Amino acid sequence: MHILFLICGLISIGFVLFISIYLIISGIPAIREIGLVDFLFGQTWASTASEPQFGILPFILTSIYGTGGAILIGVPVGFMTAVFLAKIAPPKVAAVVRPAVDLLAGIPSVVYGLIGMMVLVPAIRELFNLPDGASLFAAIIVLAVMILPSIVSVSETALKAVPKEYEEASLALGATEVETYFRVSVPAAKSGIAASIVLGIGRAIGEAMAVIMVAGNVANMPSLFSSVRFLTTAVASEMSYAAVGSLQQQALFSIALVLFLFIMLINVILNMLLKWKREK
Amino acid sequence: MDDTTILSTEGLHLHYGTAHALKDINIEIPEKQVTALIGPSGCGKSTFLKTLDRMNDLVPGVRIEGKVMYRGQDIYAPSVDVTWLRRQIGMVFQKPNPFPMSIYDNIAYGPRTHGTRSKVKLDEIVEQSLRQAAIWDEVKDRLKKSALGLSGGQQQRICIARALAVQPEVLLMDEATSALDPISTGKIEELIADLKKEYTIIIVTHNMQQAARISDKTAFFLLGELIEYGDTSLLFSRPTDKRTEDYITGRFG
Repeated sequence: MHILFLICGLISIGFVLFISIYLIISGIPAIREIGLVDFLFGQTWASTASEPQFGILPFILTSIYGTGGAILIGVPVGFMTAVFLAKIAPPKVAAVVRPAVDLLAGIPSVVYGLIGMMVLVPAIRELFNLPDGASLFAAIIVLAVMILPSIVSVSETALKAVPKEYEEASLALGATEVETYFRVSVPAAKSGIAASIVLGIGRAIGEAMAVIMVAGNVANMPSLFSSVRFLTTAVASEMSYAAVGSLQQQALFSIALVLFLFIMLINVILNMLLKWKREK
Repeated sequence: MDDTTILSTEGLHLHYGTAHALKDINIEIPEKQVTALIGPSGCGKSTFLKTLDRMNDLVPGVRIEGKVMYRGQDIYAPSVDVTWLRRQIGMVFQKPNPFPMSIYDNIAYGPRTHGTRSKVKLDEIVEQSLRQAAIWDEVKDRLKKSALGLSGGQQQRICIARALAVQPEVLLMDEATSALDPISTGKIEELIADLKKEYTIIIVTHNMQQAARISDKTAFFLLGELIEYGDTSLLFSRPTDKRTEDYITGRFG
């Protein structure tokens, strides 16, 4: 019987190993051929031109800006929601808000993309008087909403785990409740809140479907209202027509490898944060 | 001894939902003395203590009737600012509960919250409060270290210093030594004897010897009622109520 559990455990490890090795093996050749510096810092991606260029800096920067923007909007909203749910909301209100936030996590990303495409993109076009609303800005808004649930639920759990004794001590010293939340509860929960932010970054940087539907998908260097392509969408949008074994296809694998390394880095940071929390 | 009343209650009743936790409490607590509240578990002594700084407000379903007067002002009047009240009446809890911050930040928490920003002023308050709590010499070289690294007895004195740093007039102590070893308890008892020169101290205790050792006045609570209240020496030597006598001679509780 033990062997069965062991095999099941090994299956997951096997897949992680397989994906890592596969990505490294298939991602390296194109980087070799193009050159690491030209690949990572080249500003032009023209994979199907007669003189093809494979610079992925636009994708890297778009992914970083897009994720950063989503964090900039999503974290304050999510954090305040978490404080509200954990400390301020009357139980009846929390009983409505909490499942609503959780439901947000259950909505398939294609639905986010669809709503973004039908509602958000035209709205941005009208509001900012642009020829097309599909842009980095639209992607940022969609991603900000998509990372809310992880930020809210992880931060709320951390805030709820703060011992009541700390808050009582603060109130007994004549602090108001709001002072107590921000000066005692939040600092005491800071590693959990930091973990929630890293989790949000991981979710945002890996998202492809919703982004491909609202970002316009042109390989521009990123600016807020231009059509842009992320690391994820760069792979997704060309894979279907890249010739098997071509440099274009190999370069797509290399992009996937870069994305994979980003996500690994984020996971390492997350693990360090959680370890730091335990040691405290 | 000068017996100016600082805190008093008139016809105080407290209900938790359907439970009648305090019944018609009338008491006058003198300034700059130590008053001990004794009685068996669940008798209402801690609940009574928490009505004095309105910490019971935090408990859902609490109803309070009657008056609690602090220097002649009803502290449950709508015009009273609870944060003001809690600056006048500090509290030390049963379990030492320093914040997960440095020793310095713990002591400076109150003054900072109430608007003191000057580093010089804060340094001064921190040192003075730690000295008053008789722990300055033990921690003066590690003020920037976490307060959680201290022993339980030291943590409790940090909590006392933290309460003193907002310059209260009254210090409420809710079984503040029951989680500590005898040596730490002894240190805190000495500290209380010292602090009563400047502060009014009200202490809830399970330990009758402690009440007898350190208090000037003792109040005996039973089942939510104040059974007997008077000078500690009299209450312990010649209790007037049979129930007080039974309790202090160890027949129940």
